Parts: sequence; C-alpha cells; structure tokens
Amino acid sequence: MQVDIKTSDIRPIRQTFSQVARRIGGDKPASRYQEATLNLQAETNFHYRPLWQPEFELYDKGRTAIVMADWYAFKDPRHYYYGAYTTARARQQEGADKQFEFAEKRNVLGSLEAATAESLRQVLVPLRHYEWGANMNNTYCAAYGWGTALTQACTFAAMDRLGIAQYISRIGLLLDGNVGSGLEAAKREWLEDPAWQGVRRVMENLFVTKDVFEVLLAQNLVFDGLVYPLVHRHYEQSIDLRAGQALAMLTTFISDWYDETSRWVDATVKTAADESAANKELLSQWYGAHRDEMVRALEPLATLALGTDTGASALHQVRGELDARAAKLGIKV
Amino acid sequence: MTQPVFIALQTTDTGRSIVDAIVADNPLAQAVEYPAMVKIDSPGRLVVKRGSVEERLGRRWDVQEIHLDLISLAGNIDETDEEFSLQWRKA
Amino acid sequence: MTATTAARPAKRLGIKEKYALMTRGLGWDTTYQAMDDVFPYDKFEGIVIHDWDKWEDPFRLTMDSYWKYQGEKEKKLYAIIDAFQQNNAQFNIVDPRYINTVKLFLTGVTPLEYAAHRGFALAGRNFRGTGTRIACQMQSIDELRHAQTQFHTISHYNKYFQGLHDATYMHDRVWYLSVPKSYFEDAMTAGPFEFVTAISFSFEYVLTNLLFMPFMSGAAYNGDMATVTFGFSAQSDESRHMTLGLEVVKFLLEQDPANVPIVQKWVDKWFWRGYRLLALVSMMMDYMLPKRVMSWAEAWEMYFEKNGGALFEDLARYGIRMPKHYEVSIKEKHRLSHETWNVFNNYGHAAAFNVWMPRPEEMDWLSEKYPATFDKYYRPRFEWYAEQEQAGKRWFNNTLPMLCQVCQIPMFFTEPDDPTQICYRESSYHGMKMHFCSDGCKNVFDNEPEKYIQAWLPVHQIYQGNCFPEGTDPTVPGFNPLVEVLKYYHFQLGADGGEFNTSPDRANWEKWTGQDLSAAPQAKAA
Repeated sequence: MQVDIKTSDIRPIRQTFSQVARRIGGDKPASRYQEATLNLQAETNFHYRPLWQPEFELYDKGRTAIVMADWYAFKDPRHYYYGAYTTARARQQEGADKQFEFAEKRNVLGSLEAATAESLRQVLVPLRHYEWGANMNNTYCAAYGWGTALTQACTFAAMDRLGIAQYISRIGLLLDGNVGSGLEAAKREWLEDPAWQGVRRVMENLFVTKDVFEVLLAQNLVFDGLVYPLVHRHYEQSIDLRAGQALAMLTTFISDWYDETSRWVDATVKTAADESAANKELLSQWYGAHRDEMVRALEPLATLALGTDTGASALHQVRGELDARAAKLGIKV
Repeated sequence: MTQPVFIALQTTDTGRSIVDAIVADNPLAQAVEYPAMVKIDSPGRLVVKRGSVEERLGRRWDVQEIHLDLISLAGNIDETDEEFSLQWRKA
Repeated sequence: MTATTAARPAKRLGIKEKYALMTRGLGWDTTYQAMDDVFPYDKFEGIVIHDWDKWEDPFRLTMDSYWKYQGEKEKKLYAIIDAFQQNNAQFNIVDPRYINTVKLFLTGVTPLEYAAHRGFALAGRNFRGTGTRIACQMQSIDELRHAQTQFHTISHYNKYFQGLHDATYMHDRVWYLSVPKSYFEDAMTAGPFEFVTAISFSFEYVLTNLLFMPFMSGAAYNGDMATVTFGFSAQSDESRHMTLGLEVVKFLLEQDPANVPIVQKWVDKWFWRGYRLLALVSMMMDYMLPKRVMSWAEAWEMYFEKNGGALFEDLARYGIRMPKHYEVSIKEKHRLSHETWNVFNNYGHAAAFNVWMPRPEEMDWLSEKYPATFDKYYRPRFEWYAEQEQAGKRWFNNTLPMLCQVCQIPMFFTEPDDPTQICYRESSYHGMKMHFCSDGCKNVFDNEPEKYIQAWLPVHQIYQGNCFPEGTDPTVPGFNPLVEVLKYYHFQLGADGGEFNTSPDRANWEKWTGQDLSAAPQAKAA
C-alpha cells in the first residue's frame, strides 16, 4: 500500500533505548554493541531461590569476592556482540578451512619425520583436552557471572575454546591419517602420562573453584598466559623447519585468537583491579597462588616438549613475561 | 494413520530449489504458501536429498546448508552427508 | 568441511564419525577431583543416567560450521535491518496499532531470550555428558543472538514509537510482565533436567509454533518486514533447539524407567505454565493484529491439537501421556483471547502498550471465527465499552486485580464448563490461603508449595508499598499511588500506554504519513 511520507516532518522521538541512554550520558545515538549489551540481564525482583544454590539469588553479585560499583564498567575492546563475533569468526574459519584443505590434499602432516610427528602427538594433540577444560571454565563464568558485559564475552570465549579443541583434533587426524588412533593416544597421554598430570590436576582443581572471577583470572590470564606461549610459541618454533611451516599454517587461527582474546582478558582484569585496593589485593593473591602452582605443574610438560634445559628456560621466560603483563594490569606480582 | 511431519522453508532462491526437490522426491507431500514461507506437510516421512537439491540449484550443496533457509519442522530428524529426513516412529 | 572440496587422497569422514571424534572424545572422567564435585547439580532431581554416550545430537555442527552458517545468516539479517532503517520502512506498516504487538514482544519475550541464554549456559556447564553440554552451549549462544538481534531490529521502532524504550527494566517490575518473568525464572531455578524439559521440550518443541508463527506471520501480514526477517532467521536456530528438546526427552525416557514419572510430572507442569503464558499471544492474534493471520482457536487446533497430538502419540511408547488438563485448553480456545483482551483493555492505563476496542468489521471477523461464544458472551460488553468511549467516558479499571499465585495472571479465566463463572481455586498452606486461576495452577502449587510462596506478585508488592520510586512519600497530600507505580515502572505518563485513539503514537503516525485514522471506521455502538 502506498503511503505518502512527509519526509521533512519526520523526526525520531528518541535516539536510543532508555536503558542505554542512562549509561551513555543521555539520549544520543548508540552503537550496536551498546544496544546489545547494556542492561540486558535481569537485575531484581527475582521470584524464586535456585533449588541448586538457595544461598544465592538467580543472578547474584555475591558469587565472587570481587566488588564492582558497576558491572557494566567492563567493556570488551573488541566490541563483540553476537553479530560482530560470529562474522569475525566466520572470516577466520574460512581462512583456516583453506589451510586444512591444502594440508589434507598434500598430506603435509602425514609426510613428517616419525620423531616430529610423534612429538606433535604427545605435546600438541593432548591440548584438545586442555581446551575442553577451558571451555568448561568459561562456561562456568558465563553461567554464574553478573552482567551481560562480562558474561557474553565469557560465552564467546567458551565457544572459541571448543572451536580450538576441534582444530587441534583435526591436526591430530591429519597426523594419523584420519583414523582417530592418534586422538585415542593423546587422550591416554592426558589421562596417564606424567608429563600431563600436573596440568590435568590444576585444570580439575579449577573445575571445583567457586569464585567466578577467580576462575576467569586463573584460566584466561594465568593458565593460558603460561600454556599458550610455552606450547604455541616456544615449542612450535623449536620443531624442525618443515614441520614448523606446516604447523604454523594450521595453527594461525589459534595464535591469532590468543592475541585477540588477550586484549579482552587484560581489559577485564585491569578494570577489576582499577576499581579498588581491595580488588587489587584479591586479584594479586589469586594471581600469585595460581601462577606458582601452574608453573610447577608445567615443568614436566616443558621438559617433554623442549628437553630439560630448554624447557626450564622457556618456562622461566614465559613466566617472566606473564608477570610483566600482569603488573601492567595493576596486579602485584 | 501415520502422523504428518512438516518442514517450513523461506522463499529465498535456495529455499525454492529445496522446496522443488522435496515435492519431487516425496509424492505424498503437500506444499502450502504463506507470506515469505512455504510449509510442506507429509504423512509419515519426508526426505531432502542432496543430489536433488544440487540438480535444481546448479551448484554443490551441503546438507547442512539447509540451516540457512529452514524455518521450522516437526518429526524425528536424521541427517547424513546425502540426505536430511523427518519421520515419526511407532512403538 | 565444505561442499566445494575436490576429491582427496585421505578418507573423507562422514558427518557422524567426524562429529563423534570432535565432541564426545574431548571430555574425560576426572580423577583429581570427584566427578560429583565437578558436576554437583545433575543428580539431585532423581533423574538416573546410566550412559551419557547414548546422547545423540541429530544436528552435528562443529564450531567452524556454526560460525560459517551463523555468520552468513547475520550478514543477511543486518543487511536487511540496515535497509529497513535507511528506508524508514516502519511506515510500510499497514496500521500503526500493529506496533503494539512489537511492544508486547520486546518487553515480554525478548528478555526471555536472554534468560534462555543464561539458563542454557547453566545446563552447558552442569550436565556431565559432553555431547549434551555442547548442545546446550550452542543453544545458549543462539539465544544471545536472538536477544541481541531483537533489540537491534526493534531499535529503529523505538525511535518512532512509544512503549519500547526500557524493556528489560520494565520486565523486572511491570505487573503483566511478571507472567513471562516468573515462568522463565521458575525454569532456571529448577535443576538442569527440569530446565531442559521445561524449555527445550515443552516450550521450544511443543508450544514454540504458538509463539513464533503468530508473531512472525502477523508481522508479514501487517507489513513489518524487519520482524519477518528477524523471525525467519531466528526460526532456523529454533529448528536446532526443537530437535534438542525432542532428543532430551527421549534420552531421559530411554535411560531408566524411573525417569518416566518425573518427566511426566514436568510435562504436566510445563504444559500448563506455558499454556497460561500463551494467553498473551491469544489476545495478540485476535485483537492486536490489524490484519489477522488466523484465530487463536485455529492456531491451537493446528499447532497443539494436531501437531502436539502427533508428538504425544510418538511418546506413548515410553509411557508418556498427554499433559494433564490439556482438555481445558481445548475447552478454553473459544474464550481465551476475548477474556484476556477484555482485561488488558480495562487496564490499558497501566500498560506500556495501547489498547482499543475492535472496529465493527473486526468484531464481525471475531463473530465468524468464534460462532459459539463471541456474540453471546463478549460482543455486548465490547460494544458497551465502545459506547462509553464515544460518549467521552472511556472506561478504565482503577482497582488492582487479584493475581493467580502461580501464573501471576489476573484471575479472569472462567470455569472450563461455564463461561459465565470466574474460575477460583485455592489451597491452604501453613495457615495462608493461596489463590489460583485453575486446577492446573493449583496442581503446580500443591506439588511445590515452598517454591511458589516466594513469588514476587506485582499486586501484592504494590499494596506493600514496594513499587514506588525510591524516596517517595505516600503521606504527602494529593499522593496518587497509581502515578507513582507507573513512575516506578518507568512508564512515560500519557505516552507509553492508554487508549490508542488518543495516543501520541496515533498523532505522530498521522503527522508523519498524512493518513487520517479517524477516517477508518471507529468502534461504533450497536
């Protein structure tokens, strides 16, 4: 039906939602990130106590000892809401897909030296279980955290970890010619090999850690901040040239992801630390305890990956860099 | 009497090819048009065949691409590389 | 894996094998911490699972495929939202009364999408089966998609129409919005198995078509292409959710016969809570859509009686029967929308959307669709309301209604076998009398009284003085409690609700489009 629009008289009656306007200093044009994030979560007048945690409300700031005047002070520097996130990942997966196609067509990993292939199977492939653990921890934060700003980013992180676990699995399949035996072996390593037990133990301890922000910090800053540089940088650079190029092709997604996500992790931790001396103190305590335990837990893996001396020095370097990074965020290392 | 299953698809370019394929491969299916959507009911079973869709689309088509045009459905799903089917099962 | 891959030397994995390797195998039984400590919430409901590996996810999406297909959907959707905004396509709406369905949707339904996102995140952590957790996590992120794309789609409407500006704030406080809020919080505060039975099965499988088809088809019929686009895009996610719902219920029923009575109890409870929630949809379909798609009665027949009937026939082999009180829903189908709209029309001055009396030709449509009930029970009062409006005495109800303790809807439902009698039921609990609109709600209460006595009932809260803005002094002369409650709700007085014919939305529409809506036949007295 034809409608005669008198365009000159059409002025919007407002620029954005009131719930957004209250947070951005008034009724002005808002970004998609702002409209998708600010105040989306229910906050009050809850009807029933959870059967599974009657000591808390359904959404409850008390699930962490971190105190914020405003949980929407957390901003994702990537401005990820669902649409922006998915579009970004779709582009990345297209690139990764082509790399995997190429690798499969040319049997790039199937033609490695036996020792190199075996090393990858023992050091890289079992990480798919580490990634699955990280998925669980980030899902925990997404489920029990307060406020859309923080929890949506944890959701994205959780799904990313599943995606990375699946990319590592595909590397495992390329190594064993798509029959799955390599993945079975990697799982046995994860469950039984001494090199991995420290890592698995720490991961399982995180599964029963209750404070939401502690889990976020321990997994996304400390654990990843040690494991990623150790394996995806030091180890991957150490194996022979041919394998390194083949591997780098297949792990581009993972290393790009780490750099990108670190920006969110750092901004989140910094915001919490900047809020108060009490938060800073608590974060520092958590940081120190988890870092020490994790470094100890990673020693056997570093040795397996790089040998005793190189492994120790790599781990030492990686720990130093993490401390420097954490100090910039306001943590007392 | 076999209970009907249904599938509803968007009337996009690809959606139309999928609808044509379904109607061709499922002789008892009935397609009804609504605004921007086609709903296809079928007694008992309904199958979407990759080959049939590709024939009509003129390009390769992955069964999982059905997600892009799917609106709704009823019935137990089975998905393979070659086809996507809906069916109610009896005791 | 893409379809464009050429033939390769390695063996190509089929969907099923690849998926099993990519998901099932990722998890492990913990040994440094007890599994029951890692998964503390999946046993307390009494559901017995012997073998989590029996879980089969029919849609086997790996994350790379998820990103690929969802990314493509997002690109298309946002291209259309952008075009909609650039072209001011809100003026293609056939009749501005339609926008009130969008108001009901954003304040009532969109917050439930967000709640589902969080509820599935809980399930995505708390089930000990790996495959099940992955399916729940995918649904969790899908629901975030729905909440956010709805805000983005409706953002443009918010710039031109009232009642859309503070949706989540209102959802937490407004009297009729406690109906959806309490429904979903009931599910989230239950254990993970009840949650997925309630939401994945009862809501997203059994009843979903009764929520989405009316809103989305209604949008299409009334010229709202933005909502149609959003709707169809979201619906393809819903297909994955529906299969999760069906799969979950079958998995539970197949794992152990002890699960059957527990699941049946939940099927009964959640059918009834969901059905009562849909009363709002019934009035939307029959009264708020200027161009109507089908009647509530027709939708119920198609999507519940026929489709739902097929579903429960399929489940009969497990020992599951139709939900308790389903026959009441069939008896009520010729009355539900009229009784509901009647009350909302009476309380339009306390709602964040406009209300109005149907025009004569709309009343004739209602007579035709409801030959046994409309002219006999409802037309006379509607014509009386129209008379009052014509005489400048538009009537609103200034007394607060009694709410049902469970569904929290005002108690206006009539006896299943007698449309002339209001249906009242009650239970006594620890010396307190609890009131219900139906046997269905009373049963829900009687099974879990400790839960429902906690409810934050809006009318009770208003009378207790908990619904005024902070710092309000009720002892001040001229204190108007209704006005203060509306301020607490963040309603813009005189703008966000009330009679459509005298609303700013109408005035703006006429100014912007040059249409004269008074030329349309008004609600005339008999």
